[in-house]
Amino acid sequence: MQLILEDGTTFTGTAFGATTGVAGEVVFNTGMSGYVETLTDPSYRGQILVLTYPLIGNYGVPPPRAAGSLTGPFESDRIQVQGLIVQSYVDAYSHYAAGRSLADWLIAEGVPAVTGVDTRTLTRHLRAAGTMKGRLIANGEATTTRLREVDMRQDVFRQVAPRAATRHGQGDHTVLLVDVGAKDNIVRSLLARGVRVIRAPWFEDLSTYFDEADGVLIGNGPGDPSDLEPLIAQVRRMLDSGDKPVMGICLGNQILARAAGAKTFKLPYGHRGVNQPVQDLLTRRCFITSQNHGYAVDHDSLSDDWEPWFINLNDGSNEGIRAKTRPYFGVQFHPEARPGPEDTGYLFDEFVRAIRRPAYA
Amino acid sequence: MFGAYLPRKPSRALVIGSGALQIGQAGEFDYSGSQAIKALKEEGVYTVLINPNIATIQTSEGLADQIYLNAITPAFVEQIIEKENVDALLLSFGGQTALNCGLALWDSGVLERHGVRVLGTPVEAIRTTEDRELFKQALDQIGVVTARSRACASTEEARAAAAEIGFPVMLRGAFALGGKGSGIVETPAELDAKLRRAFDGGVPQVLVEECLRGWKEIEYEVVRDGRDNCITVCNMENFDPLGIHTGESIVVAPSQTLNDEEYQLLRTIAIKTIRHLGIVGECNIQYALDPHSTDYRVIEVNARLSRSSALASKATGYPLAYVAAKIALGYALPEIPNGITRRTTAFFEPALDYIVCKFPRWDLNKFQGASVEIGSEMKSVGEVMAIGRTFPEVIQKAIRMLDIGCDGLEPAVFDPAGDLRTQLTATPSRIFAVAGALTEGFSVDEVHAHTGIDRWFLDALDDIVQTRMALAEAGRAVAEPLLRQAKLQGFSDKAIEKLCDLKKGEVRKLRRHHGIRPYLAQIDTLAAEFPAETNYLYSTYHAQQDDVAPSTRKKIMVLGSGAYRIGSSVEFDWCAVNAVQAAAELGYETIMVNYNPETVSTDYDTCDRLIFDEISLESVLDIYEREQPEGVIVSMGGQIPNNLALRLHQAGVRILGTSPDDIDRAEDRSKFSALLDELDVDQPRWSLVADVAEADAIVEGLGGYPVLVRPSYVLSGAAMSVAHEENELQRILERAKEVSPEHPVVVSKFETHAREIEIDAVADQGELVLWSISEHVEDAGVHSGDATLVLPPQKLYISTIRRVRQIATQVARGLNITGPFNMQFLAKHNAVKVIECNLRASRSFPFVSKVTNANYAAEATRRMLGVRRPVRNESLDLDYVGVKVPMFSFSRLVGADPLLGVEMTSTGEVGCIGDNLHEALLHGLMATGFQPPQRGVLLSLGPWEDKFWFTDEARVLANELGLPIYATAGTARMLADVGVACTMVGKSESEPNNAITLINDGKVDLVINVPREYDRFGRPDGYLIRRRAIDAGVGLITDRQLARAVVDALRWQRDHDHELVSWNVLTAPRGVGETTQLRLARRSDSAA
Repeated sequence: MQLILEDGTTFTGTAFGATTGVAGEVVFNTGMSGYVETLTDPSYRGQILVLTYPLIGNYGVPPPRAAGSLTGPFESDRIQVQGLIVQSYVDAYSHYAAGRSLADWLIAEGVPAVTGVDTRTLTRHLRAAGTMKGRLIANGEATTTRLREVDMRQDVFRQVAPRAATRHGQGDHTVLLVDVGAKDNIVRSLLARGVRVIRAPWFEDLSTYFDEADGVLIGNGPGDPSDLEPLIAQVRRMLDSGDKPVMGICLGNQILARAAGAKTFKLPYGHRGVNQPVQDLLTRRCFITSQNHGYAVDHDSLSDDWEPWFINLNDGSNEGIRAKTRPYFGVQFHPEARPGPEDTGYLFDEFVRAIRRPAYA
Repeated sequence: MFGAYLPRKPSRALVIGSGALQIGQAGEFDYSGSQAIKALKEEGVYTVLINPNIATIQTSEGLADQIYLNAITPAFVEQIIEKENVDALLLSFGGQTALNCGLALWDSGVLERHGVRVLGTPVEAIRTTEDRELFKQALDQIGVVTARSRACASTEEARAAAAEIGFPVMLRGAFALGGKGSGIVETPAELDAKLRRAFDGGVPQVLVEECLRGWKEIEYEVVRDGRDNCITVCNMENFDPLGIHTGESIVVAPSQTLNDEEYQLLRTIAIKTIRHLGIVGECNIQYALDPHSTDYRVIEVNARLSRSSALASKATGYPLAYVAAKIALGYALPEIPNGITRRTTAFFEPALDYIVCKFPRWDLNKFQGASVEIGSEMKSVGEVMAIGRTFPEVIQKAIRMLDIGCDGLEPAVFDPAGDLRTQLTATPSRIFAVAGALTEGFSVDEVHAHTGIDRWFLDALDDIVQTRMALAEAGRAVAEPLLRQAKLQGFSDKAIEKLCDLKKGEVRKLRRHHGIRPYLAQIDTLAAEFPAETNYLYSTYHAQQDDVAPSTRKKIMVLGSGAYRIGSSVEFDWCAVNAVQAAAELGYETIMVNYNPETVSTDYDTCDRLIFDEISLESVLDIYEREQPEGVIVSMGGQIPNNLALRLHQAGVRILGTSPDDIDRAEDRSKFSALLDELDVDQPRWSLVADVAEADAIVEGLGGYPVLVRPSYVLSGAAMSVAHEENELQRILERAKEVSPEHPVVVSKFETHAREIEIDAVADQGELVLWSISEHVEDAGVHSGDATLVLPPQKLYISTIRRVRQIATQVARGLNITGPFNMQFLAKHNAVKVIECNLRASRSFPFVSKVTNANYAAEATRRMLGVRRPVRNESLDLDYVGVKVPMFSFSRLVGADPLLGVEMTSTGEVGCIGDNLHEALLHGLMATGFQPPQRGVLLSLGPWEDKFWFTDEARVLANELGLPIYATAGTARMLADVGVACTMVGKSESEPNNAITLINDGKVDLVINVPREYDRFGRPDGYLIRRRAIDAGVGLITDRQLARAVVDALRWQRDHDHELVSWNVLTAPRGVGETTQLRLARRSDSAA
């Protein structure tokens, strides 16, 4: 198969997944483990994923989980990426938890994948030229063929959201998880802290759940936050009308920022990996975080009621915001990890503590 | 980023080094210590170093402000603290030696008394990590699981603990380096034996633990700063399952068979544990992980820089030692810049886009009687690291890097015997047996069942085996796809040529035709996420373009030393680094090629471009063709690069310095012998044996036994031996793989009772520029690497010295030498004979450079680059004496006979300086662990002439030093004859009063055993006594000349104190008649 980038650059390799041609934005991730989690992360919806770690497939893939189950390492119930590009696919996997090879899984889900590509050179190209679109096609296939592609302005948000709200867990308090493609581990992280979770698709009228919920978490998701104006409007009303704790993660952080009047912008090639260093501007403490985003909050555009909370130590970009006087905060990274470091899992503790102690405001 | 916040910067810091290289503690600590000193100097801290390892970079001029080449003992360190007015101590950069010394100083209150702070990890935290019981308790507090274990201080306690936990159990020694005294124990009888060895060897406490054989062994390198920021820089997975010491194990980074859940589970525990313990700086945490669940155990935490951290630094490009030193000075991680990207900070976790494989290098066959099984104790003497993008690529590179005569993963190359299980026993050659089994059709599952090695690794090895078979089948018609696949899997051109029956050089031509070549990729710490200016490169066939273009500057390439092994170690790293620095000073861009992670030469800031890759004809040519340097220096890295000289030259590479044809004239025995005859220089008589039947006649022609025997074809084995009589010669010839006209054996007259002399020199177009003559304390016959070297010579005739210099001058002219060289001579009654000549830097270059304060490696490099500066050669008339003393690691090699011979067995060395020979020798001996005897001396003196010779010394021991003397029968009779009182003891344990029991009971603390006869195993007589002395940690001397020198020195010591003087003060140019004392007085005046 071949990867043909928007600027004409071509990389050739051997197919090891499905052989259907696809198109999408080509992004790279620098994590060294966690391909199952990454491939099922809805934030990658519509994108062709390049993994920079050269050996992929080593520990295989667990057997499929039952319908409706939330168990890991799956972060949603399907592979979300459009296509996968690796340096060296390893078919002879070895792991007690594995039930099938990565190739078998990709084929079963109809996702194309290529091995034998110099992913370092490809990554250097994407870094230098910026993220761009690409087409993954079988050798010899006409370059004019219409390829499977996801509309990233509208359809993508519908594709990753559940059709209807679901309820999970038992507990004294309830969190409304606004789902624009939230990873399952956000739900698992909340359940582990003893709260009930209502997982509602972002396009529903969220106010119907509002009385029931003690706090709101806006999850991660794909795409450009500025394309989610209806959701931003709902969140703005939420922020204005109440003082229930609101937390945003990744896309949720950007939604929160835009609802509070700030701007977001596209990063040249995004942050995708499990080694992103961030610093808490209040305590000066630093954490290694898991990240996957192409857009960021412009913290200079924050209103006086808000302040930057975390920054990225590599490039100084914003990694989190908080309201000065109300229990609203968001982080650009993934405290739920999966894949990646669990260092910032304490943020869920703080969120749940805020819910249980309404006087926090 | 937010401004440096430094609580209290020390003004005068002492760094404790690790001393001589020994098994379990090697060159990695030169790397970490040098980085620490660099970091301190950047902060303007006055830095004092104690380290008797003279061959290191850290003891070189320009790093520390004062260098003490002395034994690392609490008493000496205290003296230095007082003398240098030290206010801070760094303990974590000199391995276990430094850590133990620091703990002792803390316990005795010395540090508190002198107001010395320990920088970095607090002593309490170190203590917790070192004391097994405290460690377990600490981890229990935070719910982190450790192996079930009991700390035991006695045999009885250990027996009870083993009974409770149930056999098999794991036995470990506390406070020990390299897993000394540890192992899996299957039965109570085995337990008793191991306990005795551990307790006798000075291990105060052992740990009896649950046996986790077959679990995965995983390590993380963790860094934490004083503000609780904590990261894991790298994780590593052992190829061999638990049970094999990580230093003995093939290791890959990052882990390969862990999924994210497992990776993060262990990472989170690492951070939690290190925070709880309160480490400030760098440490290593080791785990056992169940291959069938997420069950884990923490095995240990090393609260210091370690072999693994050196490996992790080189594997990731993250400078752990440097960062640890900055943290010790109070910096937080985000305040320390990332030197690779120059735009990010040290607070990040490297993302690798390649795989790294470490392979240990053993030299077990150098030791007579040593067991070849490997396990939880370290026996390897060095290691290599290969970088690439798949496991087959790196494992094949790594095997070639070992320099054991293999072109990659060759099946069953070492002729394994026995059934599959026996063949697959853990030994240095197990991986070849695995390849052999796979070739013979055993399945991956079968091999897994016998070895416990994860199927992931075995599957990758099987891929190599399958490709080997495909190549052999394709033969000369090998097609492009298969060739490409072979190169992707790390096959060398030579391996493919052999398999496909192609001529030398043909694969290179085919590759060029098909456009198959390796590309250079950067190690940039962030998987290309950020632009990096790094010069740290490796080559891989899995890339489609180079990351960096060659520069247009004038440049040279220096080939490093490769893996440390017996006979080639840190001294060649010193030479290579000095060569690079000298060339850089002259304005050259420098390219360093080396693959040893335990070195300073592979620090990316040592040279302009570091290519971490093989040193082989193929790889050097690939690099040379691409980079187009003005020339290549092959004479600074020891024998590996030197051996390439002629072949590189023939391939069109410009070799700097002496012409490769002349190098060949020195290396080729017949050519060199002819040259000596031409120059009218004497040499020991020699001849070639091409047929075993002729051997007797040939020996007769040489003048009879003893003779030195040197087979020309040896596969990673002991090369030389001495035959004292006919049967022994036959035994040796049988051991040689082949004796034929193509592979003749060199037999030469072995001179006894002769002096051995060395000259180290630099010449320029055949004229001597720098030279220094050293004499061996021992008689000729002890390998020069195992001999005690004295510079300047103290006992040679002036005429001998003159003759040696004359010969060196003639040979330099005869070979038109430009650059470094070393010659060895025999001298007997004023007659001087040449033993050998190497046209390269020698093992003793750093020693002579530091003793004479003239940098031989730098000067040689300048001369090779055509630069002439006036040089003063002062090496004979010095106001002090330098002594180089070998360090042996016999205690780690069960069964090995601790006897010196023509094969080198020492693993390291120290170099000490004193006002006279006695002082320098004692400092040197103490720096290798020798302690002056106080309880008693056991004499067993072998040949009658030695016995007789030693009578004066025996008298000194008994009468002047007042030490009780014990002697074996023959020696006791001789002593009685000359009127020295002694107690006679038997040699065998079955006798009532015997030497073994004497040693066991601690009645003697020095054994002098000079053997001659051989027992029925062909072992020199007295083996049991020598072995017992080593196992009991009692000083052992086996050479009569050394014995005499030591007794003389002990007598001198009675009336003299050891005042420590730094190298800088000792060797600085001084006025006429100025003594060390005067200089010291002047220095303290100016300080006041």
